[in-house]
Amino acid sequence: MGGENMFSKKNQEVFVNPLSVNNPVTVQILGICSALAVTAQLKPAIVMGLSVTAILAVANVVMSLMRKLVPNRIRIIVQLVVVAALVTIVSNVLKAFVYDVSVQLSVYVGLIITNCILMGRLEAFALQNKPWDSFLDGVGNGLGYAIILVVIAFFRELLGSGCLFGFQVIPDCVYELGYVNNGLMLLAPMALILVACVIWAQRAFNKDLQEK
Amino acid sequence: MKALRNFLDKVKPNFEEGGKLAMFRSVFDGFETFLFVPGTTAKHGTHIHDCIDSKRVMSMVVIALIPALLFGIYNVGYQHYLVTGQDTTDFCGMAVFGLAAVLPKIVVSYLVGLGIEFIVAQWKREEIQEGFLVSGLLIPMIVPVNCPLWMLAVATAFAVIFAKEVFGGTGMNIFNVALITRAFLFFSYPTAMSGDAVWIATDPILGIGGDAAVVDGMTGATALGQVAVAESGLATVTDAMGNTLSTMDMFIGLIPGSIGETSKLAILIGAVILLLSGIASWKTMFSVFVGGAVVGYIFNSVGATPITWYEHILLGGFCFGAVFMATDPVTSARTECGKYVFGFLVGAVAIVIRVLNPGFPEGMMLAILLMNLFAPLIDNLVVQANINRRLKRANKVK
Repeated sequence: MGGENMFSKKNQEVFVNPLSVNNPVTVQILGICSALAVTAQLKPAIVMGLSVTAILAVANVVMSLMRKLVPNRIRIIVQLVVVAALVTIVSNVLKAFVYDVSVQLSVYVGLIITNCILMGRLEAFALQNKPWDSFLDGVGNGLGYAIILVVIAFFRELLGSGCLFGFQVIPDCVYELGYVNNGLMLLAPMALILVACVIWAQRAFNKDLQEK
Repeated sequence: MKALRNFLDKVKPNFEEGGKLAMFRSVFDGFETFLFVPGTTAKHGTHIHDCIDSKRVMSMVVIALIPALLFGIYNVGYQHYLVTGQDTTDFCGMAVFGLAAVLPKIVVSYLVGLGIEFIVAQWKREEIQEGFLVSGLLIPMIVPVNCPLWMLAVATAFAVIFAKEVFGGTGMNIFNVALITRAFLFFSYPTAMSGDAVWIATDPILGIGGDAAVVDGMTGATALGQVAVAESGLATVTDAMGNTLSTMDMFIGLIPGSIGETSKLAILIGAVILLLSGIASWKTMFSVFVGGAVVGYIFNSVGATPITWYEHILLGGFCFGAVFMATDPVTSARTECGKYVFGFLVGAVAIVIRVLNPGFPEGMMLAILLMNLFAPLIDNLVVQANINRRLKRANKVK
């Protein structure tokens, strides 16, 4: 590690910033499409968040190791090959161990290849930094993405289906009083509005993020 | 009137900076300017310095809505008495039942909407914006009578916050707030907003309306609902008791539907008020009808829809939308030329949705919301075309 402490202040920031002040979804506004597509329920959202985290961490390390070997001109195609290989592995692992979730996620696992967060981190970080730093950056950004997915999915599943992880949490007596699940929560537009609410809340608490 | 003015002047100091009720300053200000025209005029930017402000404009729209509202209240009672086999000449009974059904909706809509507006105004230290005066009355008029109050409250809160306040409040919204409320209800709670069971109140409300059971053979479908599910060759649409509707029945409006939309006669009175007072644009209104008529005629003549173009215009929320929603000065096109394009497309798209999309018997809400989105683009094109035309002329002179 070149004498530098593995958990130096700089490395801590690399890991922690994407979770809050530099969150890929709410601050950089990346990865929105998948945040809309897989957040109708908590389970697929968590699986998706972890898949992206794993792929991003490994891809960051691989690209960081190759950063001096890869000619600048063909770097994008190399990045795509690396990510595509990892996505294929993850996709097959999901099919083998959590088949029902992989069916729910359908094409969105494959579409991780085009997830802007991946390309963004590989371009902006892994190509300029050492493997360990890149690993931390990958895990941090992956988890930052996963947190938002889980928050959105929590509200969408709770208000849209009255369930969490597929178990009914809103008691029957509430339904008997006339409560009805909100169908709009299960449609993509509501995910967009919820992402906006998270962004709103975050910027209300963190004045540094407010644009002048 | 004088006593009211004196009272306001007496309590006013309490609400000013440093007074003991200063936290309700915007509330007081809102009421004062609502009750009395403030003596201030526009000073900059505009060319006519006049005391008329948006509160006066909004009040005029509310007045124009009153006939449709009163008829809606009566019709709610009439439909209830009709399907429960009671005496439909009992005017007072029907009016009281209608009032019991509709008044809570109006109260909830205003309480929730104005509550949010007051809080936001106080929080941002601004004047209370008056836009909700109209939206708050429109919302109860465009929902089915059986829509639960809590749903109305949730939808109103959603619309005021996400369709209006986040865009900067009155005058800044892209979409018509009342229609966003309806769209939220429509997509969130489809079973409470569409189908055959929501348009007629069959149960007594607060013990009013008698406990007579629904008579046999009653159908709660709206006329457009019947058209949407009809086999090809449907010749006539019927009312709740299965009697064929004549064109006159559709015009008078004693038929099932959203509370304020059924009577074309009452809407016509409202339209006259809006046009005479110069508040709504006749260009928008007129071209909505032209758009609907043209597309309705084409679809009818190729056999895509069983009802004629004028029935399309008379049924459902077409007239209500054309008169009160499409003409909303904030969300419709503002250029004079753009108003024709905007209106025509609203009417045309509404009929296209009705006829071609089997999932939506009525298309007016979606058509207006869709065109709200395109209004700035239409305006931009009109302005740009004008600039280009004048540039060409200037170059020719050179």
